[in-house]
Amino acid sequence: MNLLIRGGRVVDPANNMDQVADIYITNGKIASVGAQIDVSRHDCEVIDAQGKWVFPGFIDMHVHLREPGYEAKETIATGTRAAARGGFTSVACMPNTNPVIDNRALVEFVKAKALAEGVVHVFPIGAITKGSRGEELAEIGDMYQAGAIAISDDGQPVANAQLMRLAMQYAMMFDIPIISHCEDKQLVADGVMNEGYCSTLFGLRGITRAAEEIMVARDILLAEVTGAKLHIAHVSTRGSVELVRMAKKKGLRVTAEATPHHFTLTEEAVGNYDTSTKVNPPLRSAEDVQAVKEGLKDGTIDIIATDHAPHTVEEKDVEYNYAPFGMIGLETAWGLIYEELVEKGILDLKEAVAKLTVRPAAIFGLQGKGSLTVGYDGDITIIDPALEETVNPDNFASKARNSAFIGRRLKALPVYTIVQGKIVMNNRTL
Amino acid sequence: MSLNRKDLLGLKDLTADEITLILDTAEPMKEIIQRQIKKVPTMRGKAVVNLFYEPSTRTRTSFELAGKYMSADTINISTSTSSVVKGESLKDTAKTIEVMGTDVVILRHPVAGAPHILARHVSASVINAGDGAHEHPTQALLDMYTIREKKGTLAGLRVAIVGDILHSRVARSNIFGLTKMGSEVRVVGPATLMAPEIEKMGAKPYYNLEEGLQDADVVMVLRLQLERQQKGLFPTIREYARIFGVTKDRLKVASPDVIVMHPGPMNRGVEIAPDVADSVEAVINEQVTNGVAVRMALLYLLAGGGNPHEPAN
Ligand SMILES: [Zn+2]
Ligand SMILES: [Zn+2]
Repeated sequence: MNLLIRGGRVVDPANNMDQVADIYITNGKIASVGAQIDVSRHDCEVIDAQGKWVFPGFIDMHVHLREPGYEAKETIATGTRAAARGGFTSVACMPNTNPVIDNRALVEFVKAKALAEGVVHVFPIGAITKGSRGEELAEIGDMYQAGAIAISDDGQPVANAQLMRLAMQYAMMFDIPIISHCEDKQLVADGVMNEGYCSTLFGLRGITRAAEEIMVARDILLAEVTGAKLHIAHVSTRGSVELVRMAKKKGLRVTAEATPHHFTLTEEAVGNYDTSTKVNPPLRSAEDVQAVKEGLKDGTIDIIATDHAPHTVEEKDVEYNYAPFGMIGLETAWGLIYEELVEKGILDLKEAVAKLTVRPAAIFGLQGKGSLTVGYDGDITIIDPALEETVNPDNFASKARNSAFIGRRLKALPVYTIVQGKIVMNNRTL
Repeated sequence: MSLNRKDLLGLKDLTADEITLILDTAEPMKEIIQRQIKKVPTMRGKAVVNLFYEPSTRTRTSFELAGKYMSADTINISTSTSSVVKGESLKDTAKTIEVMGTDVVILRHPVAGAPHILARHVSASVINAGDGAHEHPTQALLDMYTIREKKGTLAGLRVAIVGDILHSRVARSNIFGLTKMGSEVRVVGPATLMAPEIEKMGAKPYYNLEEGLQDADVVMVLRLQLERQQKGLFPTIREYARIFGVTKDRLKVASPDVIVMHPGPMNRGVEIAPDVADSVEAVINEQVTNGVAVRMALLYLLAGGGNPHEPAN
């Protein structure tokens, strides 16, 4: 099947393109991009994209699909559908499943399951240590050869600095990034939200920014020692942004991501004790949110990732201290990026799209992804800038409902998600 | 006059006028407590549930008596004696309370915000009887009532709250209430037990007891949870007593007519010296009596009907 996307505003940061054009996809690959492509001779499906924005398919490098082991929260089938509904054509999934994805068989399981039941591309991330217990290195090389694109003990920081250094040295043989979940568990203690005036006011135990920043600093120093590719997950504080900025100035191979909830919400959102606001790292102060936005603007923060962390309603519908950390994000990400970053003038459209396409593809070495270059995969996201919608959990494709954005009005939403030339989401439905 | 709200979740949201109304209403209630027959029909036919997820004989008994003196039907549910066991969520419990036709739920819970969550799920009035390290509004109201009774006013007083400020809901509610009523509030304690950025709440932190007590009109001593020492939040109980224990000697720098308060139960010889606890300055027993009066006032204002002065027959 061939597909022609006609007359949309095509924004492709990798090729520095922003103009009205047609895109022709054949055999799942981009065949041509240009004005007035003539396909009258071909058997071809046509999407009229006039007045719409046409982007390379969005890539989310940090999601939790929960399979195997926590299928009540999410599965590869439902998680990839949530991705498609959010305009994502590729996701990378974290290994903190049960069992932890720390060997070739599980990497292959995720890939096979994604091929059979998923609707978007799934890139598995392998664990750094066996069981993410932080004691011994996992079979990183074997997982890499099986298709793991990066390694991470997300959710569990590697507390032992020597082990982290060895992991970095080892990962360098395969030139894959090591994604660090930066958190000093001792400093976090029993904290459930950011430490400061709000934690005092709400009577909840605080988590100091230093719990994150100490690990960011440590891992940057280790990246300097080893020369490894270090990617800092979910940067949430001003101090972390400054540390990454410094590392980049030094020329280290350090990259970073921020989540939509960390640049949209502040700790004040915790005040209604809605457990959807309980995330790790916690929602921070207005000053931190500002710093994250500045980091996104000046390129210190390379990409946007959702850290989509689904939990069941039962797990989250409890007292604040008892709820697990995490918020879903795939289906609300672009609307928040558009409103908080593009409309507010932090990023222009091309820069915003780059943080979801060409940048993640480059950092994680995703072949044929992240741009509309001829020969690349026909992965495309089409946005209707005129479309507005109130976030309604009944419409979520995710199994989970733990979003702090329910009831919020979002605009400029994805209306088509196209994966290798196949329409997987059309008009907000799958 | 009545409180124009369904619940009492904290003093953060109350106005000075509302606080004054509660304290004024507690006055005739105190008079009822001092009668031979302590019973008025104000809450007749109303069902009050004491829902305690954390043990507190003192607070629970105080609420229970308040309800009984006003002829309410009160029942106690505590985690150890009922179906409210680990595994049943607060939301499930809320549903049960709703179908039982309860008028008032008094909730004590170890997690901050639990009363707020419950209040969203039930049509009954919810009274916060202490939630985590967040608020304990009825304790603060009885403290404020006691201070007003002794000093005639709350405005312009220097109140020093001494102890584990970080974990104290009593401290938070008192700061909210007292600052609204025009008192100057100081918080005194070890740095490891001080709540971050507490000065933004309007309370000035002190790390030296003598400085904090200087010219104080009221000294409110908090109960020290001795297990905090196990968590390494201060070195030893002995050192705590030496540096932050309120003694007769240390009180000399306070105002000559200082009053000393404690929410109980006391660790005598730790946060408060025995001779202070039993001194004329201490108003600890009055606090207990006033607690019942203030809670009667609240039940009346939130759910009562009729004239509180009308005797039962
Ligand atoms: Zn993480
Ligand atoms: Zn994560």
